[in-house]
Amino acid sequence: MQDYRELVVKLCDIIRPFNKDGIDLNEETDLAGDLGLDSLKVVELLVTVEDSFDISIPLNVLPHVRTIKDFAEQLQRLLSERS
Amino acid sequence: MAIFDKLHPISSALQDLKNCGVDSVNVVMERITAPFEAVINGRRTVLAGTNNYLGLTFDQECIRAACEALQQEGTGTTGSRMANGNYAGHIALERELAKFFGRNGAIVFSTGYVAILGMITALAGPGDVILIDSDCHASIYDGCRLAGAQFMLFKHNDIGDLEKRLRRLGKQTENTLIVVEGIYSMLGDRAMLSDIAAVKKNYGACLLVDEAHSLGVLGKQGRGLAEEAGVEDNVDFIVGTFSKSLGTIGGFCVSNHPQLELIRCASRPYIFTASPSPSIIASTREALKIVRARPELRSRLWKNARTLYQRLKDMDFVLGPAPSPIISVRLKDKRKAVAFWRRLLEHGVYVNMVLPPATTDGNPLLRCSVSAGHTPEQVKQICEAFASLRDVSEPPLMS
Repeated sequence: MQDYRELVVKLCDIIRPFNKDGIDLNEETDLAGDLGLDSLKVVELLVTVEDSFDISIPLNVLPHVRTIKDFAEQLQRLLSERS
Repeated sequence: MAIFDKLHPISSALQDLKNCGVDSVNVVMERITAPFEAVINGRRTVLAGTNNYLGLTFDQECIRAACEALQQEGTGTTGSRMANGNYAGHIALERELAKFFGRNGAIVFSTGYVAILGMITALAGPGDVILIDSDCHASIYDGCRLAGAQFMLFKHNDIGDLEKRLRRLGKQTENTLIVVEGIYSMLGDRAMLSDIAAVKKNYGACLLVDEAHSLGVLGKQGRGLAEEAGVEDNVDFIVGTFSKSLGTIGGFCVSNHPQLELIRCASRPYIFTASPSPSIIASTREALKIVRARPELRSRLWKNARTLYQRLKDMDFVLGPAPSPIISVRLKDKRKAVAFWRRLLEHGVYVNMVLPPATTDGNPLLRCSVSAGHTPEQVKQICEAFASLRDVSEPPLMS
């Protein structure tokens, strides 16, 4: 199983270009509230994450993703299902 | 009350429009004076936002058939077919649709929206995957949400992205439903169906094509994009609506899969909706005959579509990628869209104003739909109204 800490670090790296205000990124960062991502940006971010991990992320998981922590947990689950 | 809080953004957006003197969601056609003319705000107005592609809403045979059915069978069926039984007309229309599409079976639904919801939710459930083009209609998104299957997007008409996603699914492709549209409703462009059908076949997935805007519009016989692209054998399910080229209301699905009959019993949107009224079924049957018998309507539709597309292009408007019965003027600014739409209405031309988030790229559209029934004078009036937009200044808009 992919290490959770490694996933958080990798996610933060991927999210950095979307962090226009340069706020501090951590597990509790709220993707919509703190980063101000609208729905189009969220989809763009999703595609970048998908390509980085060569995985497809169902849109059904989005309602469960508010923070980077939520995102890492969902990603960890999807990666474990694939392997 | 807190339960209404989520409606506040809608309320303020509507108020912004009203502040600009625009109430685009409450346009009233006070009288319909001709197939493509109505009185709006007391003014004679050409209707260029109807989806009435073949102009059949006033066809005398369709009206006669509807009137006869009204007299003989009444105003409505007052219930679903599962509970109240089938009228002979429902069965006859399904037989005629199956024959028209050269398929083994057909199901008629009460609206196009219900047809999409009914098919997607019956075909895909927990454990399955639905893969849809990102430009698909809201009904397809809603069907995916209701189905309980995992659902994913592929980039609009990007065959590489579709293939990549199928590859990632591995063996799950056998449980995957791909959904695309014949003609996409916002920009009027077509699915790259030959490529999509080939990829689908290669990965062993299932393909559903929504021909809502392409039935009666594309293909030698008017069967839609699958016919035009020569890939009908590779499309598992064709879904469509009666509310566009056929000029009534309702929806359908045709397929060669024998399981289609089981879907009647598995599709809650089919089971729990009142069936189409006898008059609707009767006029739809007549309209379907006309699609088959009068290919000249398609020629006229495309002539009008090419004329309007070229004239708007000559005026330097940014349009969809190719001529189509759906011609959308793409704008960057909501204020400009509102001002333009208002000016068009003042010039006696009604088009659809589509504002984000309903658009595909977050930018507003002024969407025209062309018809075989538009006269050359009406097309000219639409063009002149667009030409008048050059000197429009933009009103302030709060959001």
